[in-house]
Amino acid sequence: MNQASPIQRRTIAVLVDNEPGILARVVGLFSGRGYNIESLTVAETDADKHLSRITVVTSGSEMVIEQIKAQLDRLVPVHRVSDLTQEGPHVARELALVKVISKGNDRVEALRIADIFRAKAIDSTIGSFVFEITGSGEKINAFIELMAPLGLAEVSRTGIVAIARGEKRM
Amino acid sequence: MSTASAPTQTQDTAPITGAEIVLKALVDQGVEVIFGYPGGAVLPIYDALFQQNALRHILVRAEAGAVHAAEGYARSTGKVGVVLVTSGPGATNAVTGLVDALMDSIPIVCLTGQVPTHLIGNDAFQEADTTGITRPATKHNYLVKDIKNLSKVMHEAFHVARSGRPGPVVVDLPKDILMGKTAYTPAPETKHPSYRPRTEPDPRAIAQAVDLMVKAKKPILYTGGGIVNSGPEASKALIELAHLTGFPVTSTLMGLGVMPAADPLFLGMLGMHGTYEANLTMHGCDVMVNIGARFDDRVTGRLNAFSPNSRKIHADIDPSSINKNVRVDIPVVGDAGNVLRAMIAEWKKRVAEGAKPDKKALASWWEQIETWRKRDCLAYRKSTDIIKPQYALERLQAITAARDDVFITTEVGQHQMWAAQFMKFQKPNRWMTSGGLGTMGYGLPAAMGVQIAHPDALVVDVAGEASTLMNIQELSTIVQYRLPVKVFILNNQYMGMVRQWQELLHGSRYSESYMDSLPDFVKLAEAFGCVGLRATKLGEVDAVINEMIAVKRPVVVDMCVDQKENCFPMIPSGAAHNEMILGPTDKDAGSGSGKGPISEEGMVLV
Repeated sequence: MNQASPIQRRTIAVLVDNEPGILARVVGLFSGRGYNIESLTVAETDADKHLSRITVVTSGSEMVIEQIKAQLDRLVPVHRVSDLTQEGPHVARELALVKVISKGNDRVEALRIADIFRAKAIDSTIGSFVFEITGSGEKINAFIELMAPLGLAEVSRTGIVAIARGEKRM
Repeated sequence: MSTASAPTQTQDTAPITGAEIVLKALVDQGVEVIFGYPGGAVLPIYDALFQQNALRHILVRAEAGAVHAAEGYARSTGKVGVVLVTSGPGATNAVTGLVDALMDSIPIVCLTGQVPTHLIGNDAFQEADTTGITRPATKHNYLVKDIKNLSKVMHEAFHVARSGRPGPVVVDLPKDILMGKTAYTPAPETKHPSYRPRTEPDPRAIAQAVDLMVKAKKPILYTGGGIVNSGPEASKALIELAHLTGFPVTSTLMGLGVMPAADPLFLGMLGMHGTYEANLTMHGCDVMVNIGARFDDRVTGRLNAFSPNSRKIHADIDPSSINKNVRVDIPVVGDAGNVLRAMIAEWKKRVAEGAKPDKKALASWWEQIETWRKRDCLAYRKSTDIIKPQYALERLQAITAARDDVFITTEVGQHQMWAAQFMKFQKPNRWMTSGGLGTMGYGLPAAMGVQIAHPDALVVDVAGEASTLMNIQELSTIVQYRLPVKVFILNNQYMGMVRQWQELLHGSRYSESYMDSLPDFVKLAEAFGCVGLRATKLGEVDAVINEMIAVKRPVVVDMCVDQKENCFPMIPSGAAHNEMILGPTDKDAGSGSGKGPISEEGMVLV
């Protein structure tokens, strides 16, 4: 009955009090109830009101997604839960730092592809680059895939941050 | 409580210690009793307790007992139960009780000591990460790291514990905070910025719900603990709605008492060991009205066969309870009492406007229900010599039926289910049991808490010998405070429910479910300073029960019952409501030995 509905991917924004343990509450909720976390980002967004914004990308059946939102909303320090995927168009971005170690043609090719992707080299040595790339998760995946044969050494990603398009506010 | 009156509510700017702030906040929150156990980290609170008279402290014998006692106190009064324990082991011993209160929505504030802030994280003596450990064990928890927040946190803890869906809240109090000084501030008037539980139902949802109810041909009201938590007025509203509509009513384990057992509309408890008529009515209904219950797996049985032909209305104060296990057609978020009153008003309005509920269909639905009732599913094989556990409870019920002041607690297992089946509750708040977590050892300390709140009432812990031993130390507390609690042990020398499952599911291989070398409960009672009574033959049961009640002291009854009796009816795990096993006396039920319907799938479930 409840397993029938297909698995969906959702980006959910959660406005919380920036207090010790809040991230543990959210992460503990997901692990304790067996929900997926594809990515999770958190940082203070309003220093005066001590508010942080968590962006979590998760997946599950319709019923599970509704549960996730209700369970998040039930946490005492949670101010608002917003399902960006459901509530309308939104923009989502991720930042990655990609280290490539290579020589010769590979090095030139890496730089050329980085240019196409509008990635910036923010650190450079004779044998290495660190690229900064911003975009959708898919774009970053594509970039990393292309770097793999060109000396890809290390990747650090922020996970998705997202916000609704237009005048709509959370 | 005159000491708690006038001066406390005023803003007192003179600095006082953190420990004094804690006590002052408790008094301002209307607390009269604390269940606790001292230790190094909470010594400042105990010192402050020593110097005041507004709060009564009950010294338990183990922290687990403190939380269950507070649960019994809370559930029998509707007030918040308060616990005070020390850091480290004090806090970890309280964890089971906290989860118990979380599962059963019992309002508890548990104050835990903590090592001084500068030692936190250093593996100090009796340090534990209490907020870390109790995060999934509580509705919310706090670690107070700045004494300036102490008053606010104390008041907020009570607000969170008692409002919305009630639950346990931990306040972790480092020792330096308790010894520091600052001014006390009373509870704020302002609303909490993020925590605002919804209690008033959406009128549109009520209208949709009543739409379905008016058209129902085969309705049922499925009621739960949410009605108890809403308060006695909610029970009155339920009775009114039931009689207004003529709908049959069933109740979960946690909801027993919200509908008087004597009411002809009441079908008894539903679920795994619920009545035949309640379960078949649920299975066959066309409109299900769930008020304050949560479609627990003990209630639903196999989900894809659960009440397959009904439209479902679910009213719950906790939005996360809705559409969690069972998809419903009409969700209603709100307090059970408010929902029931809104439904009554809407129903009356509809009828006044000319809506005509289908009385003929309802009458034939009741005819059907009566045939199920006639099956007499609680019948058991009578004996003339050996004491059947059901018989002992029937007699306890009969002998206490005329009294209006009977409170029953239970441990967990067969005796708990028999108590739910055979004890008849006419009011809410009279039945304290560990439903969600199923905590053995709950009943004895819970009874203690109930008796503290109701000193003159008859408080009986219907117990099994195995569960009782899990918190037996609390007999000492009971004697210290002269609490006339009655511990009514149905002693079959087995962990009866484990034995029953082993018989039905595991080829009668009774692995570790028999207890050898049990104590002599009569002598044990006497050693603690209680009265011990024993019955081994049927003919002794009445005399023992009468004496138990007559003695105005704590009593332990060792009721030596049939060792092999099983609890029926039973919906095996993984089965549907219409696949119940009835007891051996039922002519169509086979042997009741359950060789048939338990599937491989069902065995995996608990």
